[in-house]
Amino acid sequence: MSAVIAFEDVTLGYDRHPAVHHLSGEVPAGALLAIVGPNGAGKSTLLKGIVGELKPLSGRIRRADARRRDTAYLPQQSELDRSFPISVFDLVAMGNWGAIGSLGSLGGTGRRRVASALEEVGLEGFDRRQAGTLSRGQLQRALFARLLVQDAPLILLDEPFTALDQRTEQDLLALVARWHGEGRTVLAVMHDLDTVRARFPRTLLLARDPVAWGETGEVMTNANLLRARSISEAWDEAAPRCESPEIAA
Amino acid sequence: MIFDWLIAPFLDYAFMARALAGALAVSLGAAPVGVFLMLRRMSLTGEAIAHGVLPGIAVAYLLAGLSLFAMTIGGLVAGLVIATLSALVSRLTVLREDASLASFHLVALAMGVLLVSVAGSKVDLIHVLFGSVLALGDGAVLLLAGSATLTVVVLALIYRPLVMESYDPAFLRAVGGRGALVHHLFLALVVLNLVAGFHALGTLMSVGMMILPATAARFWARGIGGMIGASVAAAVLASVVGLLVSFHIDVPSGPAIILVAGAASMVSMLLGPHGSLRALRTPAWHRSN
Repeated sequence: MSAVIAFEDVTLGYDRHPAVHHLSGEVPAGALLAIVGPNGAGKSTLLKGIVGELKPLSGRIRRADARRRDTAYLPQQSELDRSFPISVFDLVAMGNWGAIGSLGSLGGTGRRRVASALEEVGLEGFDRRQAGTLSRGQLQRALFARLLVQDAPLILLDEPFTALDQRTEQDLLALVARWHGEGRTVLAVMHDLDTVRARFPRTLLLARDPVAWGETGEVMTNANLLRARSISEAWDEAAPRCESPEIAA
Repeated sequence: MIFDWLIAPFLDYAFMARALAGALAVSLGAAPVGVFLMLRRMSLTGEAIAHGVLPGIAVAYLLAGLSLFAMTIGGLVAGLVIATLSALVSRLTVLREDASLASFHLVALAMGVLLVSVAGSKVDLIHVLFGSVLALGDGAVLLLAGSATLTVVVLALIYRPLVMESYDPAFLRAVGGRGALVHHLFLALVVLNLVAGFHALGTLMSVGMMILPATAARFWARGIGGMIGASVAAAVLASVVGLLVSFHIDVPSGPAIILVAGAASMVSMLLGPHGSLRALRTPAWHRSN
């Protein structure tokens, strides 16, 4: 299978401090990959690098699909303004941007896509509700509906199940499994290791430096997890310049 | 009697008719822009840019006197420069946009007041600061109408990405919408409407026609479309009532219009159907499911 994303010795970071350090590897098309690691391990940073929000300090991230609309990205739920007057329908309809842009008409097809996406995430009848009145779990369902409408071959999820109730998590995990079954590539930053073991065939264990990447069972060993924890606890403001052989060459 | 009070002033006096036309044009352009300023939590940005246009107008006034054309260009240039500068500073340094705008607009306001008072009389300063809606010439009315038309057309063209950029800028970026372009076009509309409003209401008052109708509208509608309608309605009401008050009891018209808009905003906060004091405190019936 061809690679959807290829990391070529990628270092991403802020203020010259690496958050993701010398990552190399490929994500094949159709992969269902969990990205795990301790806090501050660079998991979210890696997704930002893939969507192009953050430029690598060194190395390259190659994308098979250069088109932005082929990626659906769900950031951590935090920044949305709860007082903003937007209906659930309009929120989900944003997923049509790739198809209609700023001036195209939503049309009957677009409306039906929004309606069926709402139905699939269990928010039937919520279309006229204000997004600000939704509970956290309902809002996450609505954001998943927007992902459904986007209909993208590559889906990036940043801690999609954090602080959700059990049932919402199960429903949304079923959607992720369906996307996987449809051959889409899904990368998810995850905290719950049991869920990762049960649902994700492949895992990237990150602690700034990549610790392990491969079959979930082989990656999530006690030895690896311990190593991940010890690596990322050290933080040195005056760390010396990294002289990796790749850069020197 | 009612006719004498409400209608006759606009029919009998050409300056009142022109003032009404000008104020209505300002309402049509500034009120929708104000709704987005409010939703984007940029109300104070509008305020800062309003003060920022002053030195441009002052320099134009020094060079060309009370010339409509020169003062418009001067105001537009100064407003765009200050909006761009503060956006640049916040993007390139650690200073956030509100702080950089605040520092720019204080300097600009001081510079503007200094320039106008060094060169002109007190009357001119009052004119520049508080406007003269009762002395609008035909050219000024046309300018206001043109600005309102341009505003409505541009808003219609960027409406969808502007809403998305206001609510979820990260999403718009991720799907390749040009959020920065939309943001800058919107700021240009803010500047345009402030400069247009300056001719009618003055630099200090023109931002009032953006913010006050928008805050009033927040309490009358749930969706953005409804809020835009309600804010235009509030601005129109303030224009008509303000002009009449100013005519009958002989007070300056700009502040009168803004005070009426302020009163509308107060009443809405107290009594509007959505999220007002009354709406949040009154028990209401509820559905079974």
